[in-house]
Amino acid sequence: MNRQRVAWLFLTPALIVLGVFFLLPVLGALALSFTDYDLYALADPHNVRFVGLHNYWALLHRPVFWAALGHTAYFVAVGVPLSMVVSLGAALLLNSPLAKARAFFRTALFAPVVTTVVAVAIVWRYLFNTKYGLVNALLEWLGLHPVDWLGDPHWAMPTIILFAVWKNFGYNMIIFMAGLQAIPAELYEAARMDGATPWRQLRHITLPLLQPTLLMVAILTVSGYFQLFAEPYVITEGGPLQSTVSVLYLMYDEGFTWWNLGSASAVAFVLFIVMFAVTALMLRLSRRSLREAELA
Amino acid sequence: MSTRLARWTINGLLLAGSAVALFPLAWMLSVSFMHPGDSGTLPPPLLPTDATLGNYRTLFLRVGIGGYLANSLAVSTAITVLSLAFNLMAGYAFAKLRFRGRTAVFRALIGGLVIPAQVAMLPLFLLLKYLGLVNSYAGVVLPALASVFGIFLVRQYARGIPRELLEAARMDGAGEVWIFVRIVLPLLRPIVVTLAIITFLTAWNDFMWPLIVLTGQDHYTLPIGLASLAREHARDTELMMAGAVITVLPVLALFLALQRYYLQGLLLGSMKR
Repeated sequence: MNRQRVAWLFLTPALIVLGVFFLLPVLGALALSFTDYDLYALADPHNVRFVGLHNYWALLHRPVFWAALGHTAYFVAVGVPLSMVVSLGAALLLNSPLAKARAFFRTALFAPVVTTVVAVAIVWRYLFNTKYGLVNALLEWLGLHPVDWLGDPHWAMPTIILFAVWKNFGYNMIIFMAGLQAIPAELYEAARMDGATPWRQLRHITLPLLQPTLLMVAILTVSGYFQLFAEPYVITEGGPLQSTVSVLYLMYDEGFTWWNLGSASAVAFVLFIVMFAVTALMLRLSRRSLREAELA
Repeated sequence: MSTRLARWTINGLLLAGSAVALFPLAWMLSVSFMHPGDSGTLPPPLLPTDATLGNYRTLFLRVGIGGYLANSLAVSTAITVLSLAFNLMAGYAFAKLRFRGRTAVFRALIGGLVIPAQVAMLPLFLLLKYLGLVNSYAGVVLPALASVFGIFLVRQYARGIPRELLEAARMDGAGEVWIFVRIVLPLLRPIVVTLAIITFLTAWNDFMWPLIVLTGQDHYTLPIGLASLAREHARDTELMMAGAVITVLPVLALFLALQRYYLQGLLLGSMKR
């Protein structure tokens, strides 16, 4: 058998799946976003009309779209740094030579990552229940005022952020641990001999040498957090007062509750463009800061 | 800071962190054994005074969660087995077989990673609708049958197979399929296990796509079934906790048993090369 043919034989099943169920739909989404595909078109495709950029234009004039974008940006801007600090902190603790029972602690801290988001979101909803929730019971025990976590528009998103950080930090922790282990121990020894405090060691050895890992984790986390959907869907159903409607929540609602598939596709594409732009910006800024560090 | 104090601080923080990580799971398990209404008293009880399996009985006998469990098992297993076959073949081809356009095709795949999966979901729904596959197991399984991540992982690992080994087999007149099955697959066993666990866990935990494509209860997977139960039975805390336990326990057990392979895969997958 011809070598070329064999190679393509091995590739074909995977490429067909990716082509038919991913590439084609992505192109379809772009096309769809230029049409007024709705419930009537779903019944009879002859009702579809080309509307150009109208969906995008209309989107820019809808307050709910800007609100969803704002909520998502809030979730990313607060959630990503928080999640990274917690992940890095946990990795540093686990990596310390003074830590005991490391295998146990690592497993315990990682456990939330493998849980099913819907199931633990339901658990979270009860823990943060205003009246019967354990979190408020704890606050009261500490002498603090109870918080209406999921009923107050100002607190709903912070609660979801806490949930996301709890659920996800273990993933980045593992990647940070691998990064930390790649830093030569001699560097720390030399620093200690020069009398450097742990804080200075972190600032002048760990963080600079961990920078590539930090960048990669930041990019992965940002793109993951932009895809917020299941958490508000299960915990708050977008409420209270739509304060937790994310961009994907809006896409889902627009597409599969109201069957405005054309306008929902425009939402999906705007999200893609925003994610792409933010990632590109992060890469660019980090490259510049690396270059400046080298020049200094 | 003295070493003793540092040791106490570090281990104390780890203990506190682990408690925070595990508490919601422990509480979920505990409440699942309480009688209906018992968790809604003040102060909130931590342990059941009179443990019962009643919630589990209700879920299986009256609510029919057994069906969702079976659906999740079937769908996740099918996705794991089939996508493993597809990704292994493709990953091996990218690593070891020479063909025109190899670099270009691989670059295109990696480039596709920047596109979030949700962009494809609306047209994918339409496609499956015209194929008559909405609300079917096939609708959930088909789009998950290959992943760039899986292909990438296999390729990274398969690059370590010595070329001479394959050439020697070819000299002896072995066919390419025979070489793949008898020589390559056994060498790839560690990555097969790793990818199998990752794929199974991802398929089991998947929410958004099954929510879109499954429109009737009969085909619901556990997460979708649980989410719809949570909307109907919002007040039955104990029942919902039992449902959450049933959803989480299988994947947690799988992870605990095979965590070495799982974590290895995460690291391999996160290394950009």
